Amino acid sequence: MSTPIIELKGVSKRFSKPLDLAGKLARKLGAPVKDETVHAVDGVDLIVRKGEVVGLVGESGCGKSTLGRMVAGIMPASNGDILWHGKRLDSLQGAEARQAKLQTQMIFQDPYASLNPRMKVADIVGEAPLVHGLTKRSEWDGYVDNQMRRAGLDPSFKRRYPHQFSGGQRQRIGIARALAVQPEFIVCDEAVAALDVSIQAQILNLFMDLRRELDLTYLFISHDLGVVEHLSDRVVIMYLGRVVEEAPAEEVFARANHPYTQALLSEVPRIEARKKSFAGIKGEIPSPLNPPSGCHFHPRCPHAFDRCKVEKPALKEIAPGHKSRCHLNDRAA
Amino acid sequence: MAASPGAVSPVSATASSPTLEVRNLQTHFFTRAGVVKAVDGVSFTVGRGKVMGLVGESGSGKTVTGFSILGLVDEPGRIVGGEILFHGQNLARLKEEEMRQLRGNRIAMIFQDPMMTLNPVLRVDTQMIETVLAHTKVSKEEARQRARDTLGMVGIPSPDERLKSYPHQFSGGMRQRVAIAIALLHRPELIVADEPTTALDVTIQAQILAEVQKLCAQTGTAMIWITHDLTVVAGLADELAVMYAGRVVEHGPVNGTLDKPLHPYTMGLIGSVPSRNKRGEPLRQIPGMTPSLLNLPVGCAFRTRCPKAQDKCQQDPPLGELLPGRRARCFFPYNMPAEAAA
Repeated sequence: MSTPIIELKGVSKRFSKPLDLAGKLARKLGAPVKDETVHAVDGVDLIVRKGEVVGLVGESGCGKSTLGRMVAGIMPASNGDILWHGKRLDSLQGAEARQAKLQTQMIFQDPYASLNPRMKVADIVGEAPLVHGLTKRSEWDGYVDNQMRRAGLDPSFKRRYPHQFSGGQRQRIGIARALAVQPEFIVCDEAVAALDVSIQAQILNLFMDLRRELDLTYLFISHDLGVVEHLSDRVVIMYLGRVVEEAPAEEVFARANHPYTQALLSEVPRIEARKKSFAGIKGEIPSPLNPPSGCHFHPRCPHAFDRCKVEKPALKEIAPGHKSRCHLNDRAA
Repeated sequence: MAASPGAVSPVSATASSPTLEVRNLQTHFFTRAGVVKAVDGVSFTVGRGKVMGLVGESGSGKTVTGFSILGLVDEPGRIVGGEILFHGQNLARLKEEEMRQLRGNRIAMIFQDPMMTLNPVLRVDTQMIETVLAHTKVSKEEARQRARDTLGMVGIPSPDERLKSYPHQFSGGMRQRVAIAIALLHRPELIVADEPTTALDVTIQAQILAEVQKLCAQTGTAMIWITHDLTVVAGLADELAVMYAGRVVEHGPVNGTLDKPLHPYTMGLIGSVPSRNKRGEPLRQIPGMTPSLLNLPVGCAFRTRCPKAQDKCQQDPPLGELLPGRRARCFFPYNMPAEAAA
């Protein structure tokens, strides 16, 4: 495979809430209180190569959106390095930093919240390319028309405002906006989750067509395994801030290794499964404020043993290209 | 309209009569821009212990159908026609006071957002005991006992402590369980569930579906499961009704409907779901988007998006029984046996 566009090395993101006055006083008086810290993302390594579609799957609170935002350069990492074409993203200066930002674009989940309601579609799509000199004032109209057409929008709507469009069309506006600056890498954060099934299918097809047409690379973040399976070459599964499994798509869906992945897969409702009896892994997703010790999944895991409670398992390669973070793999060996 | 199975039963319902029979229900909204026919002639029945999946996209009228059954349609909406027979009693004609006796007691609703059910400033025990006392004459202690047992039934650990919590102290999945527990307090004969798992994570959704399945089997509760997600009803429902633009376009048992759909819209919906065997291929999408209910195409409402549409579709197709037990509103259905298609 070709060179990595983005490489993450031990990237973490912590959010902490400073103590309020009462808390500070209590600490002064010697009470054992600390700032509340959420490890949203905890030591993630990830490589996305040119032309790949990487699916990032997890349930709410697992840190997938935070990771996506760090990759897109919207949010700085607390620890670790994010490399863009082999160079550290935070060390880039001037034109190169601008280039890195332009080359990575993001498409958001909520097509209602991610478009400025006071801007016309033409300005939403066309503002950035004009500022960055990708088009000239004289050619601007034609440029915007092309971008809209490519995202499946009728250019005659370009004088309208976002509220005049349906959810699916707004998502297309978001796509046109992202593509207008000619990026090579797109981070899609739950980009189809808010859409009706038939519209979702249209948007997914559009993503695949654009990939072929423009040689795009995607990081596709979703909680919907069906969507990820359909689109991705490689799948990364996260649980409470850590990557628990990573493998080529066929491999994950055929031979899931981590108990969490197995549970997720068995519980995805499928159209082929009729009158099935739903079982459900026990328990809730723990609070990221206070994650379980050792392996984060051990309180819900049917195979957990003593070691899982105390020792954090490492992400190990169990087959070529297939990594899993589970102590059971050491046992079998 | 289509013939309904079984004659009208008198008020004294027998075990074999369906729990709910909706006949040609019409709920219209009288807006300034015109009359919106949100539900326009919907008919179906749900039997004891059965799950009926009501499937459709935004604006298809599935939620308004559910609200109509519970008498929750607000101005400017009104039920303008049809009957909602609950054990033979027409709910559409009931006075508000009589409806209140049924609602929450023999018929219950679970909403997509559990905070529609829960009062954020009251403790869970207050709300649950109030619900019990509203319909049964028991002591407060007995009511608390019933609340506790029901919380346990929907899989909430340590129900005694949880009764003393406020709704915001629960996670999303737990909150939905509390809402389901409140719906179950009076062992209703019918539950209308409006997308109750849509906002939940996959593992939590599976837990809730498991509870619901167990309850239907154990208590014989009939259920209407309203959703846009075909994959959920595929695993849960016995029968499916697919709605488009306020009408049922296809109705039949789950297996037949999903394996060999008749209506092009059902076919399109199934093709739109990403699934295992179609990996990497383009999805068979439905072109265009749902038309505005104020401005529907003449004849078949799906005509403008349909790959099989012909001139004849400018007339209104009836919801006919095209195959035994399978009805569809279409002149040119898919998956018909060769001779019958002629």
